[in-house]
Amino acid sequence: MSRPSTKPLLAEFETPDALVRALRLARADGHRLLDAFTPFPLEELSGALEPARNPVRPVMALAGFGAAAAMYGLQWYSAVYAYPLNSGGRPLHSWPVFTLVPFEFGVLAAAVAGFAAMLWSCGLPRLNHPVHDMPQFERASQDRFLLLVAPKDAPAPLRRRLEEAGALLVSEMHG
Amino acid sequence: MTGGAQAPRWIVPAQLSHGAISAAIADPIQKRGPGRLWFYALLATLPFVLVTLGAIGAVLTVGIGLSGVNTTVVWGFSIANYVWWIGIGNAGTLISSMLLLTRQRWRASINRFAEAMTLFAAGIAGIFPIIHLGRPLYAYWLAPYPNTMELWPQWRSALVWDFWAILSYILFSALFWFTGLLPDLATMRDRATTRAGQVIYGALALGWRNSARHWQVYETYHKTMAALAVPLVCSVHSIVGLDFAASLMPGWQESIFPPYFVVGAMYSGFAMVVVIAIFIRWGLNLQAVITPAHFDVMGKVMLFASVVMTLSYATEWFMAWYGGEPADRDVVRYFFVGDYRWLYYALIACNCVVPQALWFPFARRNLWVLAGISVVINIGMWFERILIVWNTLSHGHAMSLWRTYHTSLYDLAILFGPLGLFVLGFLVLVRILPVISMHEVRQISHDEGAAA
Repeated sequence: MSRPSTKPLLAEFETPDALVRALRLARADGHRLLDAFTPFPLEELSGALEPARNPVRPVMALAGFGAAAAMYGLQWYSAVYAYPLNSGGRPLHSWPVFTLVPFEFGVLAAAVAGFAAMLWSCGLPRLNHPVHDMPQFERASQDRFLLLVAPKDAPAPLRRRLEEAGALLVSEMHG
Repeated sequence: MTGGAQAPRWIVPAQLSHGAISAAIADPIQKRGPGRLWFYALLATLPFVLVTLGAIGAVLTVGIGLSGVNTTVVWGFSIANYVWWIGIGNAGTLISSMLLLTRQRWRASINRFAEAMTLFAAGIAGIFPIIHLGRPLYAYWLAPYPNTMELWPQWRSALVWDFWAILSYILFSALFWFTGLLPDLATMRDRATTRAGQVIYGALALGWRNSARHWQVYETYHKTMAALAVPLVCSVHSIVGLDFAASLMPGWQESIFPPYFVVGAMYSGFAMVVVIAIFIRWGLNLQAVITPAHFDVMGKVMLFASVVMTLSYATEWFMAWYGGEPADRDVVRYFFVGDYRWLYYALIACNCVVPQALWFPFARRNLWVLAGISVVINIGMWFERILIVWNTLSHGHAMSLWRTYHTSLYDLAILFGPLGLFVLGFLVLVRILPVISMHEVRQISHDEGAAA
């Protein structure tokens, strides 16, 4: 905020190719890419931005295996200690069938934990965000490709670069 | 199967632009009224819904005696309906996740409503085991919780496995479906013209911004869920198969039951998806995104499933003969010459013979023929489930107990009523949420546009 001239610029493009072209040009000039907003995931962008915290898979694995182990423990405790019941002479600890419920429960726990981890690493739910106030931002969920870049010093050269690359509209972001 | 260098197959070229795709899918909900036909359809489902609620109320107050079960044939319509609905319910997530993992991009046009089909069908299926309990008020005893009776569930019981399988599956499917919906809810929010639309879709979208970082995390989660969904779905219907196979009854205690049930689920589920796709395509004018190529591949999948089902039936007969157990051999003989033989022949005709028409491209491309075959498959799959129950129970080990089932009015109510409930669910859904995954269709259009 101390240097108002380096406010990030949001550029609107009509095609994903134009966005990728602008992204390469801006990066070559030494500007910092903050984010891109596209109506569908673009493969070209996956390496371009510094990776977000993405703990989804480890969290899912931990929750899934943990919940499955806990469920197995519960079955073992209830069938062997708390309520031993001789069912047709089968062993109290009937491990082959005791694997079914932990599997189902583990998958459910992994799904729920993964969903929570996904929201957490996206910073959601957050119903309002400064980018929502930008012109044309509502098109990012439909048919426009937006790029958010922080200029390295003065914004004018970056703005020129983005316009050269085919930006329909370049606007300064506030807040 | 992906576009490659060929002309676009999964989307009509005139509609390639991203904006046109959003408009085609979102506008019927946000800009156009439901239309008179929709109201008529809604009214037509109401009697079915009332019948369903009445039947459930009746069986909860009067008791299981309303059903046609007797001391020999202790299972009946409830169990057959349960297996039928959960089979349809399994297919949605199975189709969606398997096609995602195998990179079948054409799934984008069908996965959303296939997953919604899962939610409605699995929800309806969940009613049946409860209303079939002799004492439904104790259904919660299936859950392990500390109680003053110091009782615990019997973990070796197939009913307890069912409880966990259905519970996990419904909640998992709801999450999978909602995750896929999230970016589309953001589109709906951004296209909404009314304050109420912005607030409701905005709240549901949780503030989704289409950021590249969001997409990255989203894709990780969605793909991992798909990878988990495939074994989960197979386990759910295998557990349904184990309800039968874990017994000692002739005709049930077969190791082929779990996989045979899974294929049966995929079979009836694909047939149901085809029927729903035809209705949605026609009702919402989505000819541009659900193309003849979609019906062609779905027809091929049904044909494949039909061949596997036929092979499974043949294996059942062969194993009974090869195993040499007299009771097993006698049950298979009873299939063909017993009390329910005409239903059994109908089953063979519906599931094995009629779908062979799908070998011909004409049958896969003509929607009337395809819809007819799909309905026939669903009828045949219901016959299969009721006959699995009836044939074995009517012809068990003890000859002195051999009896047949006598269908009651209540049975018919719980057979036909829930169909209306299912249709009602879809009618409401198509008016409030995008039934086709907009962001995935945009991606296909991008890929096909680049290829063409």
